[in-house]
Amino acid sequence: MADKVHVKTVINGEAVEFLCEPRDSLLEVLRDNLMLTGAKEGCNNGNCGACSVILNGRLVNSCLVLGAEIEGKEVETVEGLAEPNKLHPIQDAFLENAALQCGVCTPGFLMAAKALLNENPNPTEHDVRFWLAGNLCRCTGYDKIVRAVLDAAETMSTEVNA
Amino acid sequence: MRAFEYTSPKTVSEAADLLAEKGDLARVLAGGTDLIVQVREGKRHLERIVDIKDIPEANVLSYDPQAGLHLGSAVPCYKIYGDKAISAAFPALADSTHIIGGTAIQGRAAVGGNLCNASPAADTIPALIVLEATCIIAGTNGTREIPVEQFCTAPGITVLQNGEFLESLKVPAPKSNSSSFYLRFIPRNEMDIAVVGAGASVVLDDAKESIVSARIALAAVAPTPLFAEEASVLLAGRAASDESAIEEAAEAAKTIARPISDMRGSAEQRVHLVGVLTKRALNGAIQRVKES
Ligand SMILES: Cc1cc2nc3c(=O)[nH]c(=O)nc-3n(C[C@H](O)[C@H](O)[C@H](O)COP(=O)(O)OP(=O)(O)OC[C@H]3O[C@@H](n4cnc5c(N)ncnc54)[C@H](O)[C@@H]3O)c2cc1C
Ligand code: FES
Ligand code: FES
Repeated sequence: MADKVHVKTVINGEAVEFLCEPRDSLLEVLRDNLMLTGAKEGCNNGNCGACSVILNGRLVNSCLVLGAEIEGKEVETVEGLAEPNKLHPIQDAFLENAALQCGVCTPGFLMAAKALLNENPNPTEHDVRFWLAGNLCRCTGYDKIVRAVLDAAETMSTEVNA
Repeated sequence: MRAFEYTSPKTVSEAADLLAEKGDLARVLAGGTDLIVQVREGKRHLERIVDIKDIPEANVLSYDPQAGLHLGSAVPCYKIYGDKAISAAFPALADSTHIIGGTAIQGRAAVGGNLCNASPAADTIPALIVLEATCIIAGTNGTREIPVEQFCTAPGITVLQNGEFLESLKVPAPKSNSSSFYLRFIPRNEMDIAVVGAGASVVLDDAKESIVSARIALAAVAPTPLFAEEASVLLAGRAASDESAIEEAAEAAKTIARPISDMRGSAEQRVHLVGVLTKRALNGAIQRVKES
């Protein structure tokens, strides 16, 4: 077994330190070392997006990042989305639109949607579908999810302008 | 995954030493979208991973209308198609980086990683070939340069020797009245591997009526991406609107395709697609010159 690596990072705005093996993925570190079980393991090979998190402002598949790589970086996971007594507008929109069933894909979709709306606050339906192509859902179907993201975009832009 | 050591050198020479010391048991990590999957699936047994993302030379992204593009080997796809000047100067590179995987893959996957992985179906390689990119290879004894079409030698194999890695790519500034185009055939709309890919670049005369020179490159029809040199050369001096010239080039491109049949498509379908996609890539590039 290779020596463990000591990693200092920021997760959801809080400084975090952990030890991991060089081979541990960021997904494994989040779930097994840090007990942040929001990000899910679907395929473990980059195809399903259930493990999506935001790394230094970019959407990534945490199953394809090594835990050791996040030294000095910033990670956002679904756990950081809601405020203590208030869901994030994207979460509200998913509930309103019944955009989830089993929910395994949901944390990934929420983070992918957040990354999209950070970059493009007023996406078209086509923009949303293209952006979310790497996130798979096996039960809900995509129409409700796309609708939810478009609704969230609308709510968030009226909140900003209000 | 089997255990390995993780290293993140800060300089080119440190990286070369770390690689040289372990030979085949060490590999470079760029975006990890190929490497981490390969290690996890047991296709590669490594003792050391050399993450090059802290090395300044691997992160360069600079474009100058005279000097051209200098692209560090670890720069992820989104930075390339996200840069308006670079996308306008090298449309084939923007086309190809925009279709690799989905958003999360493009946030990590590097063009350098796509090239060094040396898949016959790699989408950026035909684009790099038609844009006449040069590979800058670093090693324990300094750097050397080779044209990108000579970089891949077999599926998964490149010219890189022990202790060497791809530092960066240089792409010459686009000539006047030139443009480029890359497209692929996949059965889905997104998130799939090319059944066939074709790239083209063209230089037209000042009147934008005849072809001064052209380059065509193909993916997924041979053990490595191919430069279709004969097909390219026969276009020089022909009218840009001459469909029979485009047809001849497409036929010539078909003759160098040596595809296999697999679950993505039969050899026969692939040869047919080479013809179709070569025409579309050439006409697409010509159209872009005319619109510019
Ligand atoms: C879901 C999914 C979809 C994908 N879709 C596509 C697609 O549509 N088209 C396509 O072409 N590919 C696709 N890929 C493959 C992959 O994303 C690309 O090949 C990507 O560009 C690889 O870049 P990377 O930076 O992630 O490489 P890495 O995984 O870091 O490296 C790839 C290989 O190259 C070596 N390497 C990397 N950089 C260097 C260097 N500078 N010097 C020497 N060796 C180096 C590594 O050791 C490794 O063997 C997909 C992958 C996934 C998981
Ligand atoms: S678990 Fe990471 S993409 Fe599927
Ligand atoms: S809600 Fe079950 S996979 Fe999407």
